[in-house]
Amino acid sequence: MKPELISSDSPKGMTPIVKTVVRFAMGIVFMFGWYIILYGHLTPGGGFAGGTILACGYVLLTLAFGKEVSLGKMSDKAASIIDNSAAFLFVTTAIVGIGFGCFFLNFPPHGKPFDLVSAGVIPFYNIIIGLKVTSSLFAIFLALSIFGRFVSKLVEEAEEEE
Amino acid sequence: MVETFLFVLLIFMIVGSIIAIETKNLLSSVISCGIVGAAVSISFLMLGAPDIAITQVVVEILILVILIRATIMIDNTAIEAHWDTFAVVSSLIFFGLFLVFAFLAVQELPPFGSPLMRVSKEYLQTGLQKTGAANVVTAIILDFRGYDTLGEATVLFVSILGSFVLLRRRGRKRRTEADTEKVGILSEEEIREDFGDLRE
Repeated sequence: MKPELISSDSPKGMTPIVKTVVRFAMGIVFMFGWYIILYGHLTPGGGFAGGTILACGYVLLTLAFGKEVSLGKMSDKAASIIDNSAAFLFVTTAIVGIGFGCFFLNFPPHGKPFDLVSAGVIPFYNIIIGLKVTSSLFAIFLALSIFGRFVSKLVEEAEEEE
Repeated sequence: MVETFLFVLLIFMIVGSIIAIETKNLLSSVISCGIVGAAVSISFLMLGAPDIAITQVVVEILILVILIRATIMIDNTAIEAHWDTFAVVSSLIFFGLFLVFAFLAVQELPPFGSPLMRVSKEYLQTGLQKTGAANVVTAIILDFRGYDTLGEATVLFVSILGSFVLLRRRGRKRRTEADTEKVGILSEEEIREDFGDLRE
């Protein structure tokens, strides 16, 4: 990503005050989201809550710096690919449980309770659901706020050039 | 103590919803909807459900941002109130019916603070040994009740799919002469071209 896009002098997005605060807060927001997802089987939270926090982070990037920054990190095509593959992985992991006994079986060894790597397949489900919720909620935001405003304009410009 | 606090929060929520319905400006209406979300989140926290409280407050923030950014900035029209006798009478009748049946149903519920512990007792007692997850809520939604989570993921997936199909600016096919109707959210310039300047 180009560094001038997130500089305070960039003409797009909000005021330099907002940009400075968002530059400091961005890492904390994403770290907190991943903490909620990864520790979902130990502390309150889980895939859905953490994924929504990550989606809020992407929305914050879009609002503060303009669409290029967040689309450079996750474009609408990447969001739909992550969404689809996460849903596919979720069902696949559930189906793999049939091989060990039944649908949605927690087949790996459970490990010691209160460890970060424990509870078998549950942390994996949490990560998958977190990715799915992040990409799909950000895709909804893109669909509602950017489709028809920027993308169509870009397409029309490209067609006019042809 | 908790019950008193919950009553205060419920009154707060009802006042917020009435303001959201009655106010003329859409932006104030959306912000008043946020009151309900915040109060619901605090009630979950008071009732000892931090998982749901986190999810509720985060989803509420995201929804407020999306509503303000996506709807208000495009369609900021003031709603004019008009009296509709049929709507008022029918909603009063259905509200009365709802009250009667809700009264009958609430009689059958266990009292506040002492729930029926048939299935949940089993989950709470054996959840840690059977799944190894320290957070029993995650153990229930991802292990005991995996089907429910699969259904939730499917609902999310299908709604994203539907919104992408409905909101995309143009389809894969080339636009033909018969297919001139515009679909999706229009840009401000297009609204001005089609309908004139709405702000006048």
